[in-house]
Amino acid sequence: MAKNNKAVLTGTHFLSGDLACAEGALAAGCRFFGGYPITPATEIAERMARRLPQIGGIYIQMEDEIASIAAVIGASYAGKKAMTATSGPGFSLMQENIGLAVMTEAPLVIVDIMRGGPSTGQPTMPGQQDVMQAKWGSHGDYEIIALAPSSVQEMFDLTIECFNLAETFRVPVMLLADEIIGHMWERVEIPPSNEITIINRKKPVVPPREYHPFQPDDDLVPPMACFGEGYRFHATGLTHDEKGAPKTVSIPEQTKLVKRLCGKIRTNTDTIIQVKEVTLEDADVVVVAYGIASRAALSAVRKARTQGIKAGLLRLITIWPFPEKLVAQIAEQAKAIIVPEMNCGQLVREVERAAKTTPVSLLSKLGEEPHRPSEIVEAMRRM
Amino acid sequence: MVNPAWKFTAAEIAEKPELFTSGHRACAGCGPAIALRLVMKATRGPTIATNATGCMEVVSTIYPYTAWKVPWIHTAFENAAANASGIEAALNAMRRKGKLQTHVDVIAFAGDGGTFDIGLQALSGAAERGHDFLYVLYDNEAYMNTGIQRSGGTPYGASTTTSPAGDLIPGKTQFKKPIADIMVAHDIPYVATASIAYWQDLLIKARKGLEAEGPAFLHVFAPCPRGWRYDTSKTVELARLAVETCTFPLWEAVDSEYILSPQSKIIALKPETKKPVREYLKMQRRFSHLFKPRYGHMIDDVQRSIDKRWNKLLKKCNILPRE
Repeated sequence: MAKNNKAVLTGTHFLSGDLACAEGALAAGCRFFGGYPITPATEIAERMARRLPQIGGIYIQMEDEIASIAAVIGASYAGKKAMTATSGPGFSLMQENIGLAVMTEAPLVIVDIMRGGPSTGQPTMPGQQDVMQAKWGSHGDYEIIALAPSSVQEMFDLTIECFNLAETFRVPVMLLADEIIGHMWERVEIPPSNEITIINRKKPVVPPREYHPFQPDDDLVPPMACFGEGYRFHATGLTHDEKGAPKTVSIPEQTKLVKRLCGKIRTNTDTIIQVKEVTLEDADVVVVAYGIASRAALSAVRKARTQGIKAGLLRLITIWPFPEKLVAQIAEQAKAIIVPEMNCGQLVREVERAAKTTPVSLLSKLGEEPHRPSEIVEAMRRM
Repeated sequence: MVNPAWKFTAAEIAEKPELFTSGHRACAGCGPAIALRLVMKATRGPTIATNATGCMEVVSTIYPYTAWKVPWIHTAFENAAANASGIEAALNAMRRKGKLQTHVDVIAFAGDGGTFDIGLQALSGAAERGHDFLYVLYDNEAYMNTGIQRSGGTPYGASTTTSPAGDLIPGKTQFKKPIADIMVAHDIPYVATASIAYWQDLLIKARKGLEAEGPAFLHVFAPCPRGWRYDTSKTVELARLAVETCTFPLWEAVDSEYILSPQSKIIALKPETKKPVREYLKMQRRFSHLFKPRYGHMIDDVQRSIDKRWNKLLKKCNILPRE
């Protein structure tokens, strides 16, 4: 790696997905990384360990993933953009603290380079098996945001997007990539820093005396004062009121808080959700795919078109919140939907729910090999 | 403490069956593989092994093969000691109900990442509850399985992929956690440090750990040619040098009473035989930056820290350091 002291390495690069993710984080303004080695996400920590000191940031290797995410929450509250990166087993360990980040509304980014599970599973093999855990892994009701990159360029771009969403909504945002995208090497264009959109968290505009740390604005997101900025308040994992005071037995406060935590994402789905549509206008068969599976799906859709099958692709860039409305609309015109996933069927359930009566078929794949375009074309013929 | 019938001579060891067999996929010159083979040679009867995620788990059980001739379970990264607790408690219950007549030993194996860092909570809990098992830490001083990341067991100054030596970073800036002393502080019956360079000492200590009634902790120093960057033929030599420089002194603590082991006691009695740490460091490329002017002063830091810990140890062993 070339020696440099710039946060944004403007130019054309040949990088792996993991390295591009690290560069995306730095470009987004991330200056803290709490890490713990785990295949296939280790390269992100290694890159951050080298790069952060060059630009005045901090890399700390923690003693496990519980500590990593907890340190990231601390760094976020101390005013820095902060992240961690892991894979399945580490993601499992992080779940309680993800709930804490949701409850304290700490903006942060968690990268999960998904490998085969359950348990230690297949550390060097791809999987898309943490999709439901990303949404439901911690206890209680909550909403998070998760993005699924399908190229090394997107590992860079979407990591920036993750930070922007985290800062906008004060919520943990997850980059759910799979081992193939993490370890694949591709060309990456890093734009000049002034062409990169950066969003920073809202700060309070009232003096400390009038500041209520969890009183939201119209967008349901409260402005965030950080440690040392002169605002004294209480942040807690307990149910709390707008002043941050614990409300452990009040039903109205529990309802109000949990509904707002969910609501700030649910009412903003239109601005959050990103998808890519390919020849959907007249499609009879629609493939709904994300991550590595969407690359084969794109190829399959093009191939099918040359064979006279009216195929289309809905590539989900945002998988949480799930683009329900959009899938429902598409399902109304489509005769069939195919969902290729590298798991035993996870996001397909969301597709089925949205598609109502349109038949949805899962194309499940586990282990080393991603889907082949021909397999997806075959599935189209069967529908 | 040790059954007097056991002498742990070379002849006896040769006769004892291999319970950790050849054919595993460890790298050439792997220190931990030697440690495991020796520990399994010290077993006294039926034994169950539990192994945290790490190098030895990976290399010894690449399906459908296994290097283990005892019942063996792979646990997650953080819970070898907790898993051993469950095994031991279940064996006890079966014995109480008369379903099991023989004694079964339980050994937990974990690397430095799985012990100093992520596994410390489970280890501390098991020690406090007093389960009768032997915990073997094979210490190769970094996360080698994922590609040489620093751990709480990585020494000061070592370059790893997450403490990369360069213009800005001098390698790891923190000292190695005194894990064996932490275990002595749990007031468990047996704690010892051992080195693969002194096989007989290691075997006797492993056996003492198994025979101790209650938790026993064995910290085995096991060099890694890939992570430490040295020639694969030098593993045992380096392990010996670590003892000779007092980088890794050998001792045991029986019921929290510290006793120096012979190899280190010789140095305590003849301090002039203590080798300077420089000799040990210069054999390993993970420390090569320390031999450049920029970070040269760090070798003195290392020496000072070794001297300090060594003198502390001598006091614990009731040996007054000679001026």
